[in-house]
Amino acid sequence: MARMPVQFRLNGSDRAVFVEPAETLLGTIRRGLGDFAPKFGCGQGTCGVCTVLVDGEPRLGCLTLSVTCEGRSIETASGLADGPTLHPLQAAFMEHFAAQCGFCTPGMLMAAKALLDRNPNPTRVEVVEAIAGNVCRCTGYEPIINAILAAAQQRGVRRA
Amino acid sequence: MLEFRKDLFADERDDNLNVIGKGEQRQDMLGHVTGRTRFFDDHGFDGLLHLKVVRSPHHHARIRSIDVTAAERAPGVKRVIRGQDVPLNKNTLLSLIDFGKDDEPTLAVDKVRYKGEPIVAIIADSEAEALAAVKLVRVSYDPLPTVFDVQEALKPGAVVVNETYPGNYFEYHDKYDHQKLRFGDVEAAFRTADHVIEERYQMSPIEHASTETNGTIAAPETNNRYVVHSCAQGLFFSLGTTAKILALESNRLHFIGGTVGGGFGGKVDSLTEPLAVLGAILTGRPVRYVLGREEEMQFASPRGAERHVIKDGVMRDGRIVARQITSYFDAGAYTRLTSYGVVKCVAHMPGPYTIPNVRGDAYCVFTNRVPATAMRGFGVTGVDFSIEVQMDKLAHLVGIDPMEFRILNAYRDGDMKAHRRVAHNTALIECVQVVAQKVNWPLSETARRASSLSGGGGPRAAIPPTVTDESGRIGRPETRQAPPQLTPGAAPLPAHQPRPVVPVYQPPPAHQPAAALPNYPAQPADAAPLPAPAPPVPNAPAPPQHGAARFSSVFTRRR
Ligand code: FES
Ligand code: FES
Repeated sequence: MARMPVQFRLNGSDRAVFVEPAETLLGTIRRGLGDFAPKFGCGQGTCGVCTVLVDGEPRLGCLTLSVTCEGRSIETASGLADGPTLHPLQAAFMEHFAAQCGFCTPGMLMAAKALLDRNPNPTRVEVVEAIAGNVCRCTGYEPIINAILAAAQQRGVRRA
Repeated sequence: MLEFRKDLFADERDDNLNVIGKGEQRQDMLGHVTGRTRFFDDHGFDGLLHLKVVRSPHHHARIRSIDVTAAERAPGVKRVIRGQDVPLNKNTLLSLIDFGKDDEPTLAVDKVRYKGEPIVAIIADSEAEALAAVKLVRVSYDPLPTVFDVQEALKPGAVVVNETYPGNYFEYHDKYDHQKLRFGDVEAAFRTADHVIEERYQMSPIEHASTETNGTIAAPETNNRYVVHSCAQGLFFSLGTTAKILALESNRLHFIGGTVGGGFGGKVDSLTEPLAVLGAILTGRPVRYVLGREEEMQFASPRGAERHVIKDGVMRDGRIVARQITSYFDAGAYTRLTSYGVVKCVAHMPGPYTIPNVRGDAYCVFTNRVPATAMRGFGVTGVDFSIEVQMDKLAHLVGIDPMEFRILNAYRDGDMKAHRRVAHNTALIECVQVVAQKVNWPLSETARRASSLSGGGGPRAAIPPTVTDESGRIGRPETRQAPPQLTPGAAPLPAHQPRPVVPVYQPPPAHQPAAALPNYPAQPADAAPLPAPAPPVPNAPAPPQHGAARFSSVFTRRR
């Protein structure tokens, strides 16, 4: 089948690629554009390790067709840090031991970022809901929840 | 929060710890949070090909024919690999440490032994094309009878799963059908015990379900070498396995890995490395072989099922005087690591308790299930769970608090373990005391004052006379073919008994000479029975209604 051209912004820079009609955004970002931060865990929308932001909303890269992303702005964990300065979520994940194998981390971070961008002071329950679609098989989630709450608190302090 | 109880065993260590107890950032954490950590699949290659396998839909079947003509002509297909293309199409993982016989093909040729066993590999330009071609492979099968239960598999006349082990059991040292532990005389102790209870515990298989599935990317490198990005937990183990199966010098394989997206034991089997490298050799291009989630859940090796039958003799005052454990490990269709798990299990019997008479028998059994492998303490966790549930039941039976009951029977420094090693650095008593304190569990003064450092050794260091057969051994090698009892049609064994061993255990001759037990200091046959580790609890309290006791009773049927 004929390949189709798609243009979108990836972590702030404009990208243009040719994709198969049935190609997933995850496949395009990883093998097409070489950003390996989002992961493949199931390809079925059940694990969340492929989570990226599309126009600020968390999306499962494995279930999103690349052709639907024309003109959108995509964010992955590779674009979280500002140069050498870590995003507060990244710093909090490090501080709170919120990763063991690290495979779920890029997806967790993006789900958490979407939450904090829209709700800077989430409750614990809201944090749990925000990462409910992201499986972590190593940590037992508690350190991740604590890290996200700590990042929210720190951002609040900084803004104040 | 971590708490250091420096009051415990203070004189056994110096406290110049310069790392433990202080915060230390992990070296891989920055990579994880910036998305820069490179897992095996996070490597780009030009001209990357994709490998998918045809899997058996049957649990057990003879393969009559394999027709790959249509698959070979399918769009995008670059190469089809069959069993005969694999240089050494029979391997067992632990052959690298000279343990066990080669019993598992990389691609099945004449027979499939579990549902999901790989038969043909297809390499194509895209995953979709490889998957489409997989559907075009025609395999015709003659289904065979199956066996899924470990004790059924050990019965005479059972279907033979894995012809390398025709008795359906792993052969230890090429002749023994199971692993044994003998210490004292459990039968005699059962006869004098106030209570004897026997319970059966069954553990299901568990899938590791790491977020990253198993996979490998292999690519031709310079100098006639291959670079291999691997998910393996044991990278050099996988390198050795791949080199053996492909009959390559290991210095032609450049393995890169050690960054594992969750393993838990599920990435030690080299499920994908050999085929990916063979694909790269045969096509001259980079080949990626990654299991899908469904393949991972259904066909990648799980923690195997285990069955433990525990029979204990206990005195009214709470002393356990005999423990007999018979364990069956379901290896699935091939050995992989189960043979080793069984050895660990036996090394763990009878738990952290000093019991004067112990008998253990553990079998590694082949069935038509997905082959099992390592998982987080495998070999130990299942028997440990069973032993501890059993401890709760025993405590309930004799009307002693379960925490006190453990302290009463705990091993102490200087005690002889059933493996004939002297226990040292024991700490069960202190662990139970700390747990009791943390959850405000009342302990008697005696239990609170108990210590692992005192009360052990002495008569508790003795090795009791151990029941042997007439040749002075603790049991004879058994083969499926030989023993007269095992003729087809023999009455099936009751569920809790090990297979008959010929001869049945006989007490030693009246004056057993020391030479009959060459490895162990002989003990007088009239050795005094083990004294109670602590005085009997006066006025035994009513059976406890604590959560632990109620919890344990949920899991097993009382017989
Ligand atoms: S890979 Fe997308 S949800 Fe699992
Ligand atoms: S850290 Fe391993 S899956 Fe979350």
